[in-house]
Amino acid sequence: MHFESLSDFFAMGGYAFYVWLSYGAAFGLLITLTVVSVRTRRNLFDQIRSKQAREQKLKEHRQGNKNNEPKT
Amino acid sequence: MTHPISYWQTFSNVLKRDLKVAVRNKGDIFNPLVFFVIVITLFPLAIGSDPQILTRIAPGVIWVAALLSALLSLERLFKNDYNDGSLEQMLLSPQPLFIMVFGKVLAHWILTGIPIIIIAPLLAVLLHLEQAAYTALIVTLLLGTPVLSLIGAIGVALTVGIKKGGVLLSLLVLPLYIPVLIFATGAIEAAALGMPYAGHLAIIAALLAGALTLTPFAIGAALRVSTN
Amino acid sequence: MWKWLHPYAKPERSYQLASTLLPWFAVSSVIALTIGIVWGLAFAPVDYQQGESYRIIFIHVPAATLAMSTYMAMATAAFVGMVWQLKLADAAAAAIAPVGAVLTAVALITGAAWGKPMWGTWWIWDARLTTELILLFIYIGIIALHNSFEDKVLAGRAAGILTLVGVINIPIIKYSVEWWNTLHQGATISKLDKPSMPTEMLIPLLINILGFALMIGALTLVRFRNEVIDRNSMRPWVRDLVARESK
Repeated sequence: MHFESLSDFFAMGGYAFYVWLSYGAAFGLLITLTVVSVRTRRNLFDQIRSKQAREQKLKEHRQGNKNNEPKT
Repeated sequence: MTHPISYWQTFSNVLKRDLKVAVRNKGDIFNPLVFFVIVITLFPLAIGSDPQILTRIAPGVIWVAALLSALLSLERLFKNDYNDGSLEQMLLSPQPLFIMVFGKVLAHWILTGIPIIIIAPLLAVLLHLEQAAYTALIVTLLLGTPVLSLIGAIGVALTVGIKKGGVLLSLLVLPLYIPVLIFATGAIEAAALGMPYAGHLAIIAALLAGALTLTPFAIGAALRVSTN
Repeated sequence: MWKWLHPYAKPERSYQLASTLLPWFAVSSVIALTIGIVWGLAFAPVDYQQGESYRIIFIHVPAATLAMSTYMAMATAAFVGMVWQLKLADAAAAAIAPVGAVLTAVALITGAAWGKPMWGTWWIWDARLTTELILLFIYIGIIALHNSFEDKVLAGRAAGILTLVGVINIPIIKYSVEWWNTLHQGATISKLDKPSMPTEMLIPLLINILGFALMIGALTLVRFRNEVIDRNSMRPWVRDLVARESK
């Protein structure tokens, strides 16, 4: 371990602001990108699921109509 | 059985057509030019008329104004042809696309680049540009404005099919313009200090050579994508 | 010779490959990054000239170099898509673009935060920073162009053209530090010379570069899978996949 104590580690020899700004911004951006990418997958799946449900409902509706057509 | 027309004939047909259309719509030529003049006159008004400061910023101001004016005038390169279907006709013709693209871009440069080259020295007087730098100014504009037309044409070709493509055009094209801007202003500033600037000019000329040979293919490919 | 690649032109096959590779990339990138960053932040010795602030290098250098490599990867995908008319290659390029843009932004921000204590200024218009900023603009332009087309196939082609036109910027960035003698320091690591950095600092840096590369791979795989699903949402294999995942 290069630093004497935890508070030394956080102080980073006086450059704390710059070091933690860099690491913080980098992590923030990369984690945001990861979260967005994973969420997109979930959203896509939800969209496909609801689209399938809609199509299923439409199909059943049409079937129902066909069965109830007046027999002339 | 009709004779196939020669490449030169294709090129000059397209060139003459574009020039004729522009002459009949003079606004297309004058508006970007007036924009160029107004933008340049805005700077002394905004920054103050101290000749020392104006001399320092003159090359940059003139070139940035030229860039923005080129951007403004690029819109009309393909838009009208796209709207009335003649662009698709050009894409369908048996002649190679790059010849017609050359014709259109050359017409664009004649109508917008050359007026800028002519008027820029007059405006440079307003900005107190160093005497020694005038040659550099004209030469960099002479070599650089065709590059602006060629690279800008790629951007227009990509965005011609998009609604409100104008804003996107600036985003796409300005990063690609930056090397030309840096070398051109570098040359003019070197000239103003009395230092040699042939190296800068050589690089701009290289950019021009590269653009002349490579961009027509990119423009053609982009046009095919946009008209699909 | 390339026959073994042919099945991967099918979206389903490529999706499966991406799903298989993803855990490997994700886990190894987390391990490599953890080791590299902890080592770099806490264990690497201090630089006598720059003090503790030099530790920013462990994020800055990987991000900056990999931003360029990512662009080349995207350009390769765009080239493949254009020459061989493979829609999956265009999907891959679309997947890579935001990753590259974020990396460039990280490089610029960490560079500015390092520049302030070192050079006394947050920003300077020297060759390396300017060309890196232009790279960010080109990335953003590609993403914007892609998003402005309704049809994804057209979007891929248009973005591909723009990507290939922008490739000229990469050698300019790479050699800008050599061509113009400016504030930014020269290359620290080169293939042939001895590195100008002591080993205790070099090893964590290399580990971080590896970790970042693996992370880029993992993120690209995630986004690539999303793109494939988005473009093939009507296909039965996608429907089955969604049904299976919902259980």
